[in-house]
Amino acid sequence: MKTKRIALVGNPNSGKTTLFNAITGANQHVGNWPGVTVEKKEGSFTYRGATYDVVDLPGIYSLGAFSEDEIVAMDYILTDDADVIIDVIDASNIERNLYLTTQLLEMGKNLVIALNMVDEAEKREMKFDVAAMSRALGVPVVPTVASRDNGTEAVIKEAVKAIERKRVYQNPLTYSDNVSHHHEHMVELLEGKDLPYPPAWAAIKVIEGDSHVISRIEASTDDATVLNGITEFHKFHSSDNFELEIVDSRYAFAHRIAEQTVKRPPVEVVTLTDKIDKILINKYLGIPIFALIMLAVFQLTFAIGQDLLGGYAAALVEGLGVLIERFLIWAHSPEWLVSFMIDGVVNGVGAVVEFVPLITVMYLLLSLLEDSGYMARAAYVWDNLMRAFGMQGKAFISMIIGFGCTVPAIMSTRTMDNKKDRMVTMLITPFMSCGAKLPIYSVFIAAFFSDHGGLVLFSLYAFGIIVGLLMAKLFNKTIFKGETSYFIMELPPYRIPSTKSVMRSMWLNVSDFIKRAGTIIFMVVTIMWLLAVLPGSAEPYSQSSYLGRLGTLLVPIFRHAGFGTWQESVALFAGIPAKEAVVGTLGMLYAGQYMEEGVVLVNAVQQHFTSLTALAYMVMVLLYTPCAATISAVARETKSVRWPVAMALYTFAIGWFVAVLVFQIGSLFGFA
Amino acid sequence: MMSVSLTNLRAGEKGKVHAIAAGKYATKRLYEIGFNTSAHVTVIKNDAGPVIVSINGNKVALGRGLAHKVMLAKDQ
Ligand SMILES: Nc1nc2c(ncn2[C@@H]2O[C@H](COP(=O)(O)OP(=O)(O)OP(=O)(O)O)[C@@H](O)[C@H]2O)c(=O)[nH]1
Ligand SMILES: [Mg+2]
Repeated sequence: MKTKRIALVGNPNSGKTTLFNAITGANQHVGNWPGVTVEKKEGSFTYRGATYDVVDLPGIYSLGAFSEDEIVAMDYILTDDADVIIDVIDASNIERNLYLTTQLLEMGKNLVIALNMVDEAEKREMKFDVAAMSRALGVPVVPTVASRDNGTEAVIKEAVKAIERKRVYQNPLTYSDNVSHHHEHMVELLEGKDLPYPPAWAAIKVIEGDSHVISRIEASTDDATVLNGITEFHKFHSSDNFELEIVDSRYAFAHRIAEQTVKRPPVEVVTLTDKIDKILINKYLGIPIFALIMLAVFQLTFAIGQDLLGGYAAALVEGLGVLIERFLIWAHSPEWLVSFMIDGVVNGVGAVVEFVPLITVMYLLLSLLEDSGYMARAAYVWDNLMRAFGMQGKAFISMIIGFGCTVPAIMSTRTMDNKKDRMVTMLITPFMSCGAKLPIYSVFIAAFFSDHGGLVLFSLYAFGIIVGLLMAKLFNKTIFKGETSYFIMELPPYRIPSTKSVMRSMWLNVSDFIKRAGTIIFMVVTIMWLLAVLPGSAEPYSQSSYLGRLGTLLVPIFRHAGFGTWQESVALFAGIPAKEAVVGTLGMLYAGQYMEEGVVLVNAVQQHFTSLTALAYMVMVLLYTPCAATISAVARETKSVRWPVAMALYTFAIGWFVAVLVFQIGSLFGFA
Repeated sequence: MMSVSLTNLRAGEKGKVHAIAAGKYATKRLYEIGFNTSAHVTVIKNDAGPVIVSINGNKVALGRGLAHKVMLAKDQ
């Protein structure tokens, strides 16, 4: 027997992924702004001995899709027939959410409703007659608080029951007289034609002029009466617009259900959110507060992740190194193995692992920010400024996501319904410094700017934003001319981030960082190590090794930026597969070069750089070619080869140019 | 009954959606996000930047260009 499928459908930010995680035990990304999930995710669970597949989808407002993420959800609903849909609705925004429910009922879907966020609704003194709602809609309704795992059992139970029951088709809507008249005729035409949809629904979609559905209907049949009938209808009614009339009848239905089953307080309750917003999105304070929040994030990252905990991690790596070395010598291991384990693994990969506390704290703080509801506000306060650079506020959400990792930032641009906005945003997200670059900055900060770690970091990130905005302006003036799309953004209530979801999101990122250290970073460092100790005739780690020769070829490129040794050049190239490898490679090369005990990476960096060249190097790292995973994400999202290649090259040019600028201007002013 | 643009309402003022004069695409999106005919909206913030309105207590921010095209029958 085929495994039964349950799909989660609902408005953006209604709690679908939270419910998905609760049901399946998965760790999918949850956040308090609309548009977190941008692709289909699958999981499963077992209930009374049977296994069920669950599909989590991006949020949608209706079945007519605008952006890539919405198309994913819409396509799923229109094609792959789930055995039951759990429609997750936000109880505190019941009418708007019921609008989508109405469409699912209209389509004849087998539904169970999870009336989610009832806690939020209660705070606003809304009361629900769940039984009446269930009767009026003709489907089960289960109140839930997904974030506290309340009611999830009951939803599963109803969903399983619904799979066995199957809903009989019954259109809940009455359309306006005008539409009804056409509808009857269209139903007659489509009835018994073996279409993939119920005739009543197909007919209304034809009248509505829904191009997605019409093309599916046309593709599913070669019956000439159907095809001609549809074409005729649109030819004849080309000047009529039934669409909004139909939307209005759906809203009327949703409105009526809400009237009958929901009690609201006579005056809207003034919530804490309203009070907070008076300050956070104030006309004058909005952007300064954003800057303060980011500054606090970096200061805390440094104070806790580096100063407080960093020492322990470093000591642990060092201690392990000593143990490994003793063991290898005791076991009479060959010299190359000792060199590989100590220089390559301990000083190379270990140099990356040392930063686990640092990135843990940063990801913790970022996920607090994501869960709080502030992201949508950041988009709001930045909209005006972004417009000056030809972008809109929504792009700023992608940019903040980029502070964690560029790949999800690129993916998040799917929520932009304007193609040009989306392309420009993708092209500039690499300038938003990601978590993998943090270890690189940390080494240089520890070597030269240790008193102002948080501030230097903040300045680098801010500089990344500025370069990104300037590039956006340039793209808008040249290759991507045209209107910037409108800004429409829901501002969800602030929520106290739940410990569970913050921990989950942090762990997701940290375990990924550790995994990368053990896989791709390990691989890159191993290859670099091999190239550094071969050929056998050359002095290991010297300029006559393969790696040394390669680096020497690259040196002239970077001479004008002030970092002209082969090690530094080679490390930048090692960073193209993955950014952490810059630190890994430098750690390995310097460890090999300084044979004596106890020379740590930071000391070696102090010998090879000055504060000016360190700054130029950090700027280069900030701006130059993003990692391979980002480049391939761009290839996937744009379905092209041209764009990822163009991105890799132009970012390199910008990085190089600005690094040279920093070094040359700095030298002019007498810094060294 | 006079209809006024959403951008002409001050914070605290209320109205009922009367018509939306934006393109087909934006109009549909506005409808779906809650600005359907005769929806009650309360202006929360209208100074610099996008206009924020509340529809049944849920807040939506609209860029000024778009907000300008939303016509309301202002409540007295
Ligand atoms: N108060 C409260 N918050 C909830 C509840 N369920 C989810 N949340 C929070 O609501 C926010 C949105 O949750 P998600 O699960 O990401 O919503 P989604 O529907 O998957 O959103 P998109 O992927 O953007 O469509 C998060 O901050 C959750 O922690 C609930 O029942 N009560
Ligand atoms: Mg989601």
